[in-house]
Amino acid sequence: MSIPKEKLLEFYRQMFLIRAFEEKLYYLFMTEPMPGTLHQYDGQEAIAVGVCAHLTKDDYIIGTHRSHGHAIAKGVPLRSIMAEMFAKKTGCCHGMGGSMHLADIEVGMLGATGIVGAGLPIAAGAGLSAKLRGINQVSVCFFGDGASNEGAFHEAVNLASIWNLPVIFVCENNLYGFSTPVNKVMKIKDISERARGYKIPGLTADGNDILVVYELAEEAILRARSDNGPTLLEFKTYRHKGHSRFEPSHYRPKEEIEEWIKRDPIILLKNKLKNELNILDKELEQIENKVKEDIEKAVTFARESPAPEPGESLKYLWA
Amino acid sequence: MAIKTVAEALRKALREEMQRDKHVILIGEDIGIFGGAYSVSRGLIDEFGEDRVRDTPISEVAIIGAGIGAAMTGLRPVAEIQFVDFMACAMDQIANQAAKLRLMFGGQVSIPIVIRAPYGATGRAAQHSQTLESWFMHIPGLKVVMPSTPYDAKGLLKSAIRDDNPVIFLEHKLLYGSTSPGGKAKTLVSEISNTMTPAPDEEYTIPLGKADIKRAGNDITVVATGVMVHMVLSLATELQRNGLSLEIIDPRTLTPLDKETILNSVRKTGKVIIVHEGYTQCGFGAEVASIIAEEAFDYLDSPVKRVSNIDVPVPFAPLCEEYVLPNRNRILNAIQSICQ
Repeated sequence: MSIPKEKLLEFYRQMFLIRAFEEKLYYLFMTEPMPGTLHQYDGQEAIAVGVCAHLTKDDYIIGTHRSHGHAIAKGVPLRSIMAEMFAKKTGCCHGMGGSMHLADIEVGMLGATGIVGAGLPIAAGAGLSAKLRGINQVSVCFFGDGASNEGAFHEAVNLASIWNLPVIFVCENNLYGFSTPVNKVMKIKDISERARGYKIPGLTADGNDILVVYELAEEAILRARSDNGPTLLEFKTYRHKGHSRFEPSHYRPKEEIEEWIKRDPIILLKNKLKNELNILDKELEQIENKVKEDIEKAVTFARESPAPEPGESLKYLWA
Repeated sequence: MAIKTVAEALRKALREEMQRDKHVILIGEDIGIFGGAYSVSRGLIDEFGEDRVRDTPISEVAIIGAGIGAAMTGLRPVAEIQFVDFMACAMDQIANQAAKLRLMFGGQVSIPIVIRAPYGATGRAAQHSQTLESWFMHIPGLKVVMPSTPYDAKGLLKSAIRDDNPVIFLEHKLLYGSTSPGGKAKTLVSEISNTMTPAPDEEYTIPLGKADIKRAGNDITVVATGVMVHMVLSLATELQRNGLSLEIIDPRTLTPLDKETILNSVRKTGKVIIVHEGYTQCGFGAEVASIIAEEAFDYLDSPVKRVSNIDVPVPFAPLCEEYVLPNRNRILNAIQSICQ
């Protein structure tokens, strides 16, 4: 499969953007009193970017407490996300939700939910709605290895299977549910094996190779769009950081962390661009510098934005 | 022809709303081919097809969750949970998702889902006999409706479906007047026919958040819900012969509660009891009593009394079940105690 150079550079830009965004937030959290919390996506960028590359504004994604990367890849404006992190009125959720609950309906980010596993049935419902309304929209649910043990996972995948819903269940298996390694919480080695129990296609692949993610996501999304039902995709990946904020993840062996950081998806793509497509360092630097500029603009925007009024939440209680 | 049972009234409401708006769909267990455990959706799959009337697996989390996802993206699902007790299986979706996503996302979405369920004790023991109205009243972001007559049921369900917020719609089993999964259902419909205000065939809706004064009176305010409305209405006729005049208020919507109608009545009578099926501790009655104490204290001549279930899981043996439920004697005792 050959992907045009422009597209690969765009993948690079997006992954670098997500990483730089998360690093900027980490720095802000370390140096200033930031409201709320942070669950970083560092290391998993290829999955958000590779999957969302096939989606339009009209397709839905549902996210988790770790969804900054999903939001960026789906097209939620950087400044909206940053302002939400700063709890400002100009945030995508007007300061009502914060880091774990990003949403922007206009670009098809149906929302991130902070309850592990809860997004799967909701994504199935969005798929049902798309199917009944007869437009070829698809619904993508991002979730982690931990979520695949929630009852909600099983009920949702089963429902999607019997009703042939246009849903792509994307499991980002980063090998740990907070502090608990996957081999302690399930006997199977690959979460995609569970697809067999629901008689839907299930695949496991390397989540740090953007090209692999892109290819498998394309297949699954086409399957859904052509009314051929749901798919369970499992991408193996790794969190560079702890579960949340400054949590140091002492429960993970140092060697393991180092091995995975060597397989950083951004570095893997960078090497490919330089070695196989002869992209020059300075071309990439240009991209990187623009990203850093955009992030600084987003931070300035957030800082200068007003906070919501104390009583503002009551405006949103009832439709 | 006027509709005399709650099941038929609800069925008519569903049919009318599904004809009016093609985005209204029904999902739940045994609602399609079987027509619903209490026959509420009987015939609807023949009229509207399998796409819009969907039998689900026994998967409450998926039923409600999919309903939420569909509601966020343009449909208006009416989900049926076979017994209110099973709402427990899906409480995360109800309380943490349906009730909260709109606010958490800064008003970007609305979630127009109606979740209907039968409630009340009918000899099926503890796990099939609860009311649980407080669970839903307690969570901001959910509306809670509890009709007591066919007239109210039809008008309120239509409004609930048209409401853009999540609505929990609770229906007392003894008011359905239909069959149950085992065949002939326990019902009170024939005994209470003169208080079961029928639903006309014509198009009408009843707004959520408006109580109904089921009987005007001067001496005692009785706030009652569901089946208890009928029990209290029949007591009122007897008590009137002894010169005691009850004013009976049926809130119809529990959240948002029509406080003004209740408080106006309390200011008039100075005496109030609350009669409802369901546990007493932290129940509907507790909330109303608290509101009255806060906002109409100076008008009270006597304490606010509640008549509701004795706080114990509902036992199976018929006399034991009867014992724990509100009954005529307990209501009369409560009235007597505030009249002294």
